[in-house]
Amino acid sequence: MGLLSKKDVALIKDPLADNNPITIQVLGICSALAITAELEAAIVMSVSVLFVLGIGNVVISLMRNIIPSKIRIIVQLIVVAALVIIVDQVLKAFAYELSKTLSVFVGLIITNCIIMGRFEAFALANGPWRSFLDGIGNSLGYGVILIIVAFFRELLGAGTLLGIKVLGDPIEKTGVYQYGYENNGFMLLAPMALVVVGIIIWIQRSRNKALIED
Amino acid sequence: MSKKTDSNIYTILFAIIMVIVVGGVLAFTASALRPRIDNNERLEKQQNILYAMGVNANDESSAIFVSTDEAPELFSKYITKQLVIQGDDVTEDSEAYLIDVKKEQTSAKAGNKRRLPLFVGTKDGKTFYIAPIRGKGLWDAIWAYVALDANMVVQGAYFDHKGETAGLGANIKQRYFMDDFIGEDLMSNGSFKGITVAKGNNDPKNIDKNDNEVDAIAGATITGDGVSAMLKSELRQYVPYFKTLK
Repeated sequence: MGLLSKKDVALIKDPLADNNPITIQVLGICSALAITAELEAAIVMSVSVLFVLGIGNVVISLMRNIIPSKIRIIVQLIVVAALVIIVDQVLKAFAYELSKTLSVFVGLIITNCIIMGRFEAFALANGPWRSFLDGIGNSLGYGVILIIVAFFRELLGAGTLLGIKVLGDPIEKTGVYQYGYENNGFMLLAPMALVVVGIIIWIQRSRNKALIED
Repeated sequence: MSKKTDSNIYTILFAIIMVIVVGGVLAFTASALRPRIDNNERLEKQQNILYAMGVNANDESSAIFVSTDEAPELFSKYITKQLVIQGDDVTEDSEAYLIDVKKEQTSAKAGNKRRLPLFVGTKDGKTFYIAPIRGKGLWDAIWAYVALDANMVVQGAYFDHKGETAGLGANIKQRYFMDDFIGEDLMSNGSFKGITVAKGNNDPKNIDKNDNEVDAIAGATITGDGVSAMLKSELRQYVPYFKTLK
């Protein structure tokens, strides 16, 4: 047996597709709607969640036998809030520029239900190593959807990707804009994120019949 | 697993210990890092002020500050005077840039006379008057450093925000938005009018600099309205001082 057993690999692979936190578990939808107007923001958020969920899952897993079940949700909240605040403070002191980019996401991470969801569903019942892998897997699954949604929203809504004008300049009328193409400003608003997520769920379920409920 | 963790005494004890430990760790981190964070914030203010008057390391499309190492030196080189305006009194104060605009706004609401900081900079023989201002966006505070000439025509601006939506309102700190303000006149026919972040603007390339309007960001209506309101209410207070310059 190598570093990762078959079960361990499944912990990382499942959330990427068949047990995706956004499209199947429907966790973390709020942030998926809020910050996918731009590809860069989606990537930053994905990396932040990867970090917080990976460490948070380990911490909760280590504490799983001493946490009183009556107040476990509050304990989970405190752990994730403390983690995020410490990271934010350290970044402010040592990587100020980076912290400016991330500060917008701090509140979104603390209240992200994907984090509470994984604490509650996995870390409370499993060992630290498996919890760590589960955290990594789920945040990757979350990140993949975020990046797909952001890709389409930024491309169709603003005509850019990572801020680069890939479709030409809409004001100077270059690139595709000279043929009468217009950006769809509606793509930048939250409802369209929901529609894009819906389309992804539709495609995923039509390809995998096992996911279809009666 | 034993059920000892279900008892009330255990729960209460756990909660108390948890709060003390987490509180202690957070308090320790915050106070240990405070001096560094304060220093970073001070340097950032200098970078922002310099940015507004055109001392920056911008490339073609993104906004880049001068480096933190150079900031203090450049700040003392380009900023020739720092003024504090309080009613008709104008005093010089070399630490005026550390005045907390938010505190001044609150104390002005309580009936005190507000202290308005204004930084005078010179670059290539041109004089800039840079005002720090603060307002409300959609979620949280927004603020700006606006560099004006003696006639209240914008020469440069730097916008920032605490928590506007990434990709929408957060784009007020993008070059394409900030650069639109350059050359815009805050006055109209001799009276103060401000600059409106306008939707359905028929001047998207922003060629007309006397229309008191810049083009809004799609999907960021409330942040844009916040920017308009901030420019109007805050810069208006500087008008009496600018009148004395003529």
